[in-house]
Order: sequence, then structure tokens, then C-alpha cells
Amino acid sequence: MDWQAFALSLRLATVTTAILLAIAVPLAALLVLGRSRWLAALEALATLPMVLPPTVLGFFLLVLLGPRTAVGRGIAALLGHPLAFSFDGLVVGSVIYSLPFAVQPLVAGFASVDTALVDAARLLGAGPVRLVSSILVPLARRSLLAAIVLSFLHTIGEFGVVLMLGGDIPGSTRTLSIVLYNQVENFDYAAANRTAAILLGMSVLALALIYSKAQKRGSAGHA
Amino acid sequence: MLEFSLDARRGSFHLQVECVFSSDWTVVFGPSGSGKSTLLRLLAGLDRPTRGRIALDKRMLTDTAAGPHLPPGRRHTALVAQQPALFPHLSVAANVAYGLRSLNRSARTVRVEEMLALAGATDLAGRRPQDLSGGEAQRVALARALAPAPRLLLLDEPFSALDGQASDALLERLRLWLQVNQVQAVMATHDVTDALAMSAEVLLLREGRLTALGPAGQVLASERERLMVRLQGRNN
Repeated sequence: MDWQAFALSLRLATVTTAILLAIAVPLAALLVLGRSRWLAALEALATLPMVLPPTVLGFFLLVLLGPRTAVGRGIAALLGHPLAFSFDGLVVGSVIYSLPFAVQPLVAGFASVDTALVDAARLLGAGPVRLVSSILVPLARRSLLAAIVLSFLHTIGEFGVVLMLGGDIPGSTRTLSIVLYNQVENFDYAAANRTAAILLGMSVLALALIYSKAQKRGSAGHA
Repeated sequence: MLEFSLDARRGSFHLQVECVFSSDWTVVFGPSGSGKSTLLRLLAGLDRPTRGRIALDKRMLTDTAAGPHLPPGRRHTALVAQQPALFPHLSVAANVAYGLRSLNRSARTVRVEEMLALAGATDLAGRRPQDLSGGEAQRVALARALAPAPRLLLLDEPFSALDGQASDALLERLRLWLQVNQVQAVMATHDVTDALAMSAEVLLLREGRLTALGPAGQVLASERERLMVRLQGRNN
């Protein structure tokens, strides 16, 4: 069992989910509350990674973050190393790849909050930040939970982007899904079975943990 | 004093009103669909007019030509709609305190108590919105709207869930309080008895147009007649 890859997958998913929440909550609020006609285009853009083949996304990022472009060279000069084939590069790729899975549940959740409540809060002087933190997020906390679960598990399971952008460097970019692929390629089905079981177990555990919490919180709210 | 000149379209509906409310209590009277709620939403700043201006005590709140459109929370304007829209995840007291962020904790507590007492909802402070009756929720909505000390109070059929007696008592207490605190009020209603009972200035609204403005007895003379005829018919 490759515990290094296991830890790396967990770290990648945790960091990615945290960054995604920081991006997706304001973005979803903007999409729901905003009135600009450019928002439809923005929403389409935020959904694009869902339909784009992961290998295509990985390839674009590989080129963009590599030494061939000004962006890539700039980042490399700034960090001292190129983003491609590094853990940081994987985080960038994962954030983009999982963005729709964080944004979509939040948009649905925020949109289901009664507009009369939003109007009431605005009349009482709430600005955008307070509106989101005191009204939208608490009333859409199930959607927030869904966004967290989906982002986390989606990142754990990603393969195409990781392979394209990260290569297969132990301790830095070799995640569990890559390990599984390698094991199958080497006909080591026994090890592949264990890796697959761990990935399955993590998914089930995360879902069970978070849904049981949602239920507890839901019933506490009604008491 | 509230001055406005508004031109707004919502689909096929067209509201066009120009008016000055100088009395401290004005009733906007009209049948459903005449544009009462649209007018109040525009005055509150929740919607923007296509063209027009709104000034409260000479302070420009909305002016589509010259620029400013103050956001709803910065117009010193409160709106109590028919739907109380209490925040379901907050207690009654926390709902009333929502607009009081600038006050410190003790001042906030005092203000919340004062507002709940005014609305006749003191004993509801610890309750949750989902445990309130329609009338109780409307009382709390009124307390919440008045808490930040607005200069203008907009009421859109705010006590529809209270019975006549309770509604009259609350309106009377509210009117006195508003007078003392120098808050101007505009109340939209389609209930002619409400409009007449207030003996206030009445604006008659029909299909988005102002058809009359003046003392209740005068503007609503025909409505009163209709009501009398109906009451007599019922008595016979």
C-alpha cells in the first residue's frame, strides 16, 4: 500500500476544497444576486470544466504553466520552479477541474433562498458580504455541504488532469488514482484491488460522515 | 416630505406617477394590480425606475438623470410587506436586531425591547419565526423594520393577517409613535375601510396612474358610497 500517495491525495483534496470554497461562495452569490448580462457568460465559463475532457484541460494547463508561455515563465520566476510537474500545479489544475462541482450546488442553494429574505436584509442595511454570510450561507448550508463533498471526492478521483499536468512523481504528484493505474498496468491486480478499495472506502466514509452531520444539524435547527 | 416622479415598466405594466406627499401619513389606495407594491418597491430602492427621481426631505435618493441611486439600506427607508419575510434561522429578537449593527450590545437590547413593545410582540422575543402565527410574524416584521430608526416607513398591506380590532389598535399606536418620532409613513391598501379609518391623505392609483390625491373623505367619496350601499343591502 502506497501511504505516501494516500497522504498526497488527501492533502491535494483538502487544499483544493478550501481554495474552491473561497472562490465558489462569492462566485455563486454573484451569479445569483448580480444583474449584469455578462453573468450568463461567466456561469458558462465556470461550468466548462464539467464538460471538457480532463486530458484536454490538463494539456492546456501544461502548456500554459510551462516554459513556453509568458504566464508560465512569470510564475516560474516568481516561485523559483515551474508549476507544471509540481504539487502546486496540481492544486491549480484541481481547482479549475472541480470548480463546477463547487459552484453548481451553491448556485442552486442560493437561488432557492426566498428573494423576500434577501430584500429584507438589504433594506436593513446588509451589504453583499453580510448578505452572503448571514443569510445565503446559513440558509443554504446543505448546498454548502454538498459543494464540499463533491469538490473533495471529485479531486480525490481525478486522473486525466493529474497525469497530464503532474506527471508521476512520488511524493509530489503521484496520487492514489495514478498508483491504481500503475498497478493495473503492471498486472498487480491484488495491489490494485486494495487501492481501489481504499478509494471506494474514502468516498463512502466521506459521504456517510457528512450526511449524518447534515441530518443532526438539520434536526437541531428545527428543535 | 417625500417627492417623486417615476416612470417604470414591468413587462406590460407601466407605472407613471408624479407626486408630493407632505402629510405624515399617506394612504395609497387602489385595486390589486394597480401598481401599489411596485410603487413602494421603487420608493424603497429595491427596484430602479426607467426614468425618474425620488427625494426624501430634500435628500435625493434616486435620480436616473443625475446619477445617484442609494442602495435600500442607506435611504433611511423601511418597508413592511404583506409577507413578513422573517429570517427563519434567527430568533425573533435576532431578527429585530439585524439592522442594528451600529449599536453596541446593551443599546441594541434596549432598542429591540422597545420595538417589540411597540409592535405588541414583547413575549415573542425568544421564539423562532416558524412557531409564529401570521399576525405575530407581521408584528415582528414591523418591529424589525422600525428598529434602525428610518425617516420613511412604507407599509404594504402589513397587517392583513391581524383581525380588524388588533389591526386598528396597532395602527393607532403606530401612528402616535411615528408622529412623536417624526417618521413619515406611506401605507398601501386595497381595503377602503383601512383607508377611511386613517382619515389621512389618500392617493388613488389605477392601472399605474395617479387618478386623485387629497383628503380621504373627498378622494374616497365614491368608494364610501359603494361601501354604504353594500352595508345597507346586507342589513335589509
